[in-house]
Amino acid sequence: MAVMTYLEAIRAGLRQEMQRDPRIVIWGEDVGVRGGVFRVTEGLQQEFGEDRVIDSPLAEGAIVGVAIGAAINGLRPIPEIQFGDFIFPAMNQIVEEAARMRYRSNNDFHVPLVIRAPIGGGIHGALYHSQSVEAFFAHVPGLKVVVPGTPYDAKGLLAAAIADEDPVLFFEHKAAYRSLRGEVPEERYLIPIGKADVKREGQDLSIITYSLMVSYALRAAEALAQEGISVEVLDLRTVRPLDRQAILETAKKTGKVLIVHEDNKTGGIGAEVSAILAEEVLFYLDAPIRRLCGPDVPAMPYSPPLEHAFMITPEKIAQAARELARF
Amino acid sequence: MTPELMKEIYYYMALSRAVDDRMWILNRQGKAPVVYSSNGHEAAQVGSAFALRRGEDWIAPYYRDLALVLAWGMTPREVMLHVLARAADPNSGGRQMPAHWGMRRLHILSGGSVVATQNAHATGIALASKMLKDGRVAVAYFGEGSTSQGEFHEALNFAAVWKLPVVFFNENNGYAISVPQRKQMAVVDVAAKAAGYGIPGVIVDGNDPVKVWEVTRAAAERARRGEGPTLIEAKTYRFVPHSSDDDDRAYRSREEVMEWKKRDPLVTFEQRLEAEGILSAEEKAAMAKQIRDLVNDATDYAEKAALPDPATLERYVYAE
Repeated sequence: MAVMTYLEAIRAGLRQEMQRDPRIVIWGEDVGVRGGVFRVTEGLQQEFGEDRVIDSPLAEGAIVGVAIGAAINGLRPIPEIQFGDFIFPAMNQIVEEAARMRYRSNNDFHVPLVIRAPIGGGIHGALYHSQSVEAFFAHVPGLKVVVPGTPYDAKGLLAAAIADEDPVLFFEHKAAYRSLRGEVPEERYLIPIGKADVKREGQDLSIITYSLMVSYALRAAEALAQEGISVEVLDLRTVRPLDRQAILETAKKTGKVLIVHEDNKTGGIGAEVSAILAEEVLFYLDAPIRRLCGPDVPAMPYSPPLEHAFMITPEKIAQAARELARF
Repeated sequence: MTPELMKEIYYYMALSRAVDDRMWILNRQGKAPVVYSSNGHEAAQVGSAFALRRGEDWIAPYYRDLALVLAWGMTPREVMLHVLARAADPNSGGRQMPAHWGMRRLHILSGGSVVATQNAHATGIALASKMLKDGRVAVAYFGEGSTSQGEFHEALNFAAVWKLPVVFFNENNGYAISVPQRKQMAVVDVAAKAAGYGIPGVIVDGNDPVKVWEVTRAAAERARRGEGPTLIEAKTYRFVPHSSDDDDRAYRSREEVMEWKKRDPLVTFEQRLEAEGILSAEEKAAMAKQIRDLVNDATDYAEKAALPDPATLERYVYAE
């Protein structure tokens, strides 16, 4: 099986889907000739032509709004928002239009659309190239929000997102693009949206996380194993819908839960996961639920010491898990 | 334009006015919590509809477009089911406020309440049509207030760059609820904005359905030829408040309204058809009776129709 980076897996997935379905069209800022600022779409315009990989005007509202119309009239658009931070001009189209088209039309219309955007920090992106924006969209009925944490998951979830009949936000962690590698099958496979995955089995406590933090949590779990602490790592993979069953199962199994995400704490995915645990399995828990999250500051600063202070690291995760294990 | 087509356009203008008047009665009776009218805009809407391939081309209407959707093929019964929020409302199953049109079968795009979003949708529909070579034109309808929105600009720019088969049809009635055009923009004509996108901007008397038909036909033909979008500005007036919850006496003088009323498109077009011998007194009377019967039937039908079942509240958030 081929070893690919997270970025290569996404590109391979896009290419494979475009080869099998001529209705798939990509557009966004710089996605064509330049192949995207991160090169995710590199080579696709050469292969599929300027009609299917379109350098669009610099206007996120139109990038998504046009995709909604195109999806309704028979295409399967995959618009790219260059950075998650730039998605807010399209918020109106995503939340008010795409998310509720099916509901408001009583199932007469629907919007099969995949919006790709890189999220997260740790790459000197500062306040406007580092944000984690998934929680804003996870709040919205009608949307699905996918946050892959491995190359294998990225390709399989992308195929599932493209096959989905409803709008999907596909958030790629930009620090994962070239840092994560893994085995990725060449043939097409679909990973169901809404299914979490136990990435490491353990007994003493559970880390529930997603996106880049999955690999960080696995590194922390490996370190803690040396200390005799057995950590289970649950990768949510999708933050809307959440896999409630998987969340409850791991909590019941280990009795201790550490939720980790890079997004800031208040109103983040961890809050919803905590509420699910409190509602359903409170008396199975042997310790208070703990959250390790980005701080509640507007976004990640630029200067290295400030950026480092914001970022969650494997060491910070290991320390939080160690404390929880001792409780 | 043939006399037959003129009569058909007149029929839909009169039908719309009658359905419209009935909606207001239902509102004042407490049966319809809110209504939005196309009263005064009928010539612009029906004239443009008949310049297109009704039911085949796509329209992305806004809340002012009752006459448009009737001319496009929605029946008075279907309109009344929507106005009274019945389960069988084909626009939304009673989920949306009245005048939020949408019927996939007729290629009427479902609309929300945030204005100008439909300009981007029509652009996207046109992009798909161009790629799939289905020969369709998409037409977005919107008020002059919507032209202040960023998405108006974004959509026209996108469509112009890619020469998409889309027509942007502005119904300029001079007011965005209470705000007059002079506080909305510093230009006299919405059509002037087309220059910024390198596309034609056409001004037309929105109270003359024949002139509207002519310019819309030209714009649709241009779009179908692959020459790109056109911005049409149909200058018109709404004779009633923004909605049944509005009171336009707060922002418009009665003199101004009465001055425009002299150019009521339904009255002036009727006079023209009579003067030109196209519409006889008998035909007019027969049409009036047909319309009265249709509106009564639609009202009765919708009033008797079932309301939505609360058990359906959580359906159709996603594919089922």
